Amino acid sequence: MSGEEFVPLSLTPLLIGTFAAIACALPGNFLVLRKQALIGDAISHVVLPGIVVAFLLTGAISTWPMMLGAAGAAVVAVVMIEAIRRLGQIEPGAAMGVVFTTMFAGGVLLLEQTDTSTVHLDVEHALYGNLESLIWLDATDWSSLLDLQALAGLPPELPRIALTLTGVLLFTWLFWRPLKISTFDEGFARTIGIRTGALGMALVLIAAIAAVAAFDAVGSIIVIAMFICPPAAARMMTNRLEVQIVWSVLFATLSAVSGYVLAGYGPLWLGAADAVSAAGMIATISGLILALTAAFGPCRTRSGAPSQA
Amino acid sequence: MLWEALTLQLGYNATLVAIGATLLGVSAGVTGTFLFLRKRALVSDAISHATLPGVCLAFMVLVALGGDGRNLIGLLAGSAISAWVGLLCMNWLTSRTRLAEDAAIGAVLSVFFGFGVVLLTVIQTMGVGRQAGLEGFLLGSTAGMLWADALVIAIGGAATLVLVMIIRRPMTMVAFDPEYAAARGLPVHRIDLAMMGLVMAVTVVGLKIVGLILIVALLIIPPVTARFWTERSDRVVVLAGLAGGLAGYLGAGISASAPNLPTGPIIVLVSFGFFALSLLFAPVRGVLAAILSHLRFQRRVHIRQGLLALAQGQQIYEPLTIRLLRRTGLVRADGVATEEGRARAAKALRDEKRWEIVRADQAHEATAALYDGLRDIETVLTRDQIAEIDRRIGGPQEVTP
Repeated sequence: MSGEEFVPLSLTPLLIGTFAAIACALPGNFLVLRKQALIGDAISHVVLPGIVVAFLLTGAISTWPMMLGAAGAAVVAVVMIEAIRRLGQIEPGAAMGVVFTTMFAGGVLLLEQTDTSTVHLDVEHALYGNLESLIWLDATDWSSLLDLQALAGLPPELPRIALTLTGVLLFTWLFWRPLKISTFDEGFARTIGIRTGALGMALVLIAAIAAVAAFDAVGSIIVIAMFICPPAAARMMTNRLEVQIVWSVLFATLSAVSGYVLAGYGPLWLGAADAVSAAGMIATISGLILALTAAFGPCRTRSGAPSQA
Repeated sequence: MLWEALTLQLGYNATLVAIGATLLGVSAGVTGTFLFLRKRALVSDAISHATLPGVCLAFMVLVALGGDGRNLIGLLAGSAISAWVGLLCMNWLTSRTRLAEDAAIGAVLSVFFGFGVVLLTVIQTMGVGRQAGLEGFLLGSTAGMLWADALVIAIGGAATLVLVMIIRRPMTMVAFDPEYAAARGLPVHRIDLAMMGLVMAVTVVGLKIVGLILIVALLIIPPVTARFWTERSDRVVVLAGLAGGLAGYLGAGISASAPNLPTGPIIVLVSFGFFALSLLFAPVRGVLAAILSHLRFQRRVHIRQGLLALAQGQQIYEPLTIRLLRRTGLVRADGVATEEGRARAAKALRDEKRWEIVRADQAHEATAALYDGLRDIETVLTRDQIAEIDRRIGGPQEVTP
């Protein structure tokens, strides 16, 4: 494929998809190890009402209010889950289920009530994402990468997800030791003075930010695949956290790139005329990777436990 | 308008929807209870998302066979098969790999949903142009409910209810104590699968009304709501069925009474309303009851401490204690104990002494463990035992004002 075709049409979606996958996989590693994987699930469902409310308040599709709305909704959800869990003495899974389904229902209701579907904020887009449409129309070929005028026309999602990825990387790097210690031995972490509560909250917040940034690229539910599948697959490959992180980034990149390529060109190879959903394909590929590692990964069983249940 | 909707006078279609939603609410509430008691509420999330690829594949097969692809039974069969496959994947991931259940749930739900989205885009390009019925499966669409759809929902709902009734005992036992159930010779694994199968059936039946994402709410919220009101599992089941049915009925009524009120979300929000009321106002387990019992406890502690202080002739400085003592008529406004206050103070001090003896005596060890500074000694010892203690500590002493 030539630069004239690749750069404007495929480069930006590819980069956005890959960045989103890595930004989700990094906090996902810790969430999976801490048995909080479904926090990602809850967050990605409540992002919808947050964005709708932000839209209703500002009356415009603009980036920052929506990001704030989504992050706000995620925080509201986490606080509500915690409140219901404590006040009602309900197990965390059920408390989570109550909160995210209700908030999701509220989001759908708001969408229908206000008829926001006339503007490009509709339920389907929110669920499936629209990675394919994040194209860079101002680009002509590879030389556009050095052309300031063309660069100004980049889809705003790209710098946003790049910034988010930088933030996630920074967070992981800065808090590496406390994160690692508190993930494996919370009691020990507390005795050496790590504030595990605050750290856990920060991790959830980082996950929420990553989910929000990835949301308009891949849709709310497929984000969950990015959170869980690469880290889970990486966990089957190794017993060391450092190595697991590297594997998860590798798997995230692999599923993003191959998912996008397969979605765009796979049907053409099969003789069909149209592309299929890139976000859906990325989730599918990440699931396939997980299935392969679950079947053949070197560290797939619990250490010490018999492999046959 | 709302009244007419609730009394089923808004026309044939609205009536169908109301009845269907009520039936669905009852069966979801009842089935979800066992999932909730088994602490697996979120498994329903994986099941519901895993139905999407099945719906799409069934649609494609139906179109390939020459139909219009909107045959409800065909679509439901497809969704049931893919939900079952998802469930098996989840089970396999949790039992054969090191992944915890939550990661398995998340992986299955997102990957199956993602694959379903891929299939949806394939269908869009198939040029059938009539996939409108499919889009409804995501968020529920009841507007076009037909008599045949209602029949499927009614029969499906009733069948799940009957099955739940038949296997409720083993399911309850497994939910509360799987080890004990296994020791009793119950096939725990198969009962779990049966429970999941029932959840799957409810999910599949509910797709048409509330959609695949919100059916989870109907499976989780009513059982949690019911749990606030009782400690007995059989009553939780009944109450959850009631809460679910009522939410379905009211939700369908409200959504029929005005435009742009989608049925699924409204049902979920009504259900959450019941939950919020229960969380706040349920007796014993509710927040209000907890606050009241805390206040009662605080009052008893303060009065008790106040009485002991009076009996020992100490000045009371704690404002709440003074206020409480005055309000119950135990001290006068100037802080001097009343007749009754003196009597109660003497009794309190004496009880404290009796407790002291009890706690020092090896023979009363079990009784002594009950001491919390508030319990009346008469509730734990017989009159003879108290008389025996009194012999040791001498007669009662007058409290001087």
